Amino acid sequence: MPEPVINVKDISKHYKVPVREAGLKAAARSLFKRTYNIVKAVDQISFTIEPGEVVGFLGPNGAGKTTTLKMLSGLLFPTAGAPDVLGFQPSRRQPDFLRQITLVMGNRSQMAWDLPALDSFELQRAIYGVPRPDFEKTRDEFIELLEVKELVKKPVRNLSLGERMKMEIIGALLHRPKVLFLDEPTIGLDVTMQRRIRQFIAEYNQKYGATVLLTSHYMADVEALCKRVIVIHNGKLLFDGDLSVMKDRFSAFKTIGVTLANGFSMFSQYGEVLNQEAGHVTLRIPREKTPEVTARILAEQQVDDLTVEDPPIEDIIEKVFNLKSAEGDVK
Amino acid sequence: MKHYLGYYLSNMRIAILGQIQYRAQNYFYMVGTILEPTVYLVVWSTIANSQGGSVGGYTTGALAAYYIVWTLVRQMNVVFTPYGWEGRIQRGQLSGELLRPVHPIHSDISYFAGWKFVQIFLWLPLGAVLALIFKPVLHPTWFQVVAFFFAIWGAFLVRTMLYASLGMISFWTTRVGAIFELVFALELILGGRLVPMTLMPDWVQHVAAVFPFQWTFYFPINTLVGNPGVSEILSGLGMQVLWIAIGIVFVNIIWHFGIRRFSSVGN
Repeated sequence: MPEPVINVKDISKHYKVPVREAGLKAAARSLFKRTYNIVKAVDQISFTIEPGEVVGFLGPNGAGKTTTLKMLSGLLFPTAGAPDVLGFQPSRRQPDFLRQITLVMGNRSQMAWDLPALDSFELQRAIYGVPRPDFEKTRDEFIELLEVKELVKKPVRNLSLGERMKMEIIGALLHRPKVLFLDEPTIGLDVTMQRRIRQFIAEYNQKYGATVLLTSHYMADVEALCKRVIVIHNGKLLFDGDLSVMKDRFSAFKTIGVTLANGFSMFSQYGEVLNQEAGHVTLRIPREKTPEVTARILAEQQVDDLTVEDPPIEDIIEKVFNLKSAEGDVK
Repeated sequence: MKHYLGYYLSNMRIAILGQIQYRAQNYFYMVGTILEPTVYLVVWSTIANSQGGSVGGYTTGALAAYYIVWTLVRQMNVVFTPYGWEGRIQRGQLSGELLRPVHPIHSDISYFAGWKFVQIFLWLPLGAVLALIFKPVLHPTWFQVVAFFFAIWGAFLVRTMLYASLGMISFWTTRVGAIFELVFALELILGGRLVPMTLMPDWVQHVAAVFPFQWTFYFPINTLVGNPGVSEILSGLGMQVLWIAIGIVFVNIIWHFGIRRFSSVGN
């Protein structure tokens, strides 16, 4: 069994934030007596990630996802706990550690704005001390994979958001990091561009055996790339396991879509009818009754087509937040 | 070492390519920096003329030389400002640099060192125009010229370390502009920026001796336009090395404790 690449044990990040009421009186009082709140951005979370895994790190805004990624990449010192990434303590920011990781943030640019991306790539080569033959091979390979042969010659300021993101990803991976922390890498991109970047990440993971920890609000990213997910909310870990297990555990219902051969029929006998129009019916069925109901529909109705689907992943995750938050159950 | 050399050369190249894009802005900025000493030059030349052609041993030609070389030294003295540090700390822009296996100070030094080549290139015609108008008098030896070359790079490094240390106070406080302005005022008076240090009262010169400012302005200018002896120049270069070393120690200590407070907000 290989050693985990990322080993997180009870790490926390708390911020001391000054607070006061609105108004002049409160402002004057705060000059003499300041009141602080302790914000627990991340609160004693633990998990491990094995080499080559691609893990989705999910949670609503302010859940603590980015803070965790920043602690794992060495940008932030944890308030408590000491994560281990590739055998290093990230907050020490040793050059040998930084040469093996990357953090891509959808809202942050590392490219020189006025210059073609090729110039910034050259700088990345120098920063990481990549031997020129390796650099050129990797750069050309990535340029081809992301189909940006002409774009890399244009000043970055003239590129679209999606095109710039492609450049950011190439620049961030030129030193072939072993661990990728990806924070909303597809934010603001159109569907085609999102798909292209997802494919690229998957290909990089397979080719180089890299470990990936990914946050995204686009569940298509998570479903396409991640077998395993970690769900975090209010700084606390709510779920850590296979995406399929989460679906089974937290979705009590499945959706059955039926296209009828002979038009209209009564379907309320089978379950809750979500939608019925022009010979197509959508039903919501308790998960455990799905096989039985499906068999009944096929036996009793003239069916052209029938599909059984899990509810959207967004709904399942929302359910995890609601259930676990209500239970106060923290893994 | 080879890795750092490669990085410095690459970042200097990026700076040159990037700053060429902003040549108009660079020129207007430079004109702004040249206006300041031109005012000083006109005022002191007027005083010198009213006193029979010299003031404190400086003739009008020597004053012209002092302030024209001042404009060149000023270009060399442009460094990453404390305000820049404040911005990168408070708004989280430091995050990107922290991910690199190279300390951000190397990025600042190499980028601004590269920028110098654009600045000096743009300064040459302006310096020529100033020389035609004010007719500077200077007769440096080859030794002075070579020493001046090292002194202006020394000044650049002293000022970089000074303002990096100052800027990193932003790790602890939100607004440090007032402190910066105080230091800029001290630099104006104690650095030879306002007037040559020898025109200052003795007590000011004594105070200036314990600060690094005169090694960033007065010393390099005087190395080229004054009549310093070899030992004076060498001890001046030695003082620059000392202040750079002190600056490195300060930067490392402040960085060591400050970086723990970095909250990487927004980035």
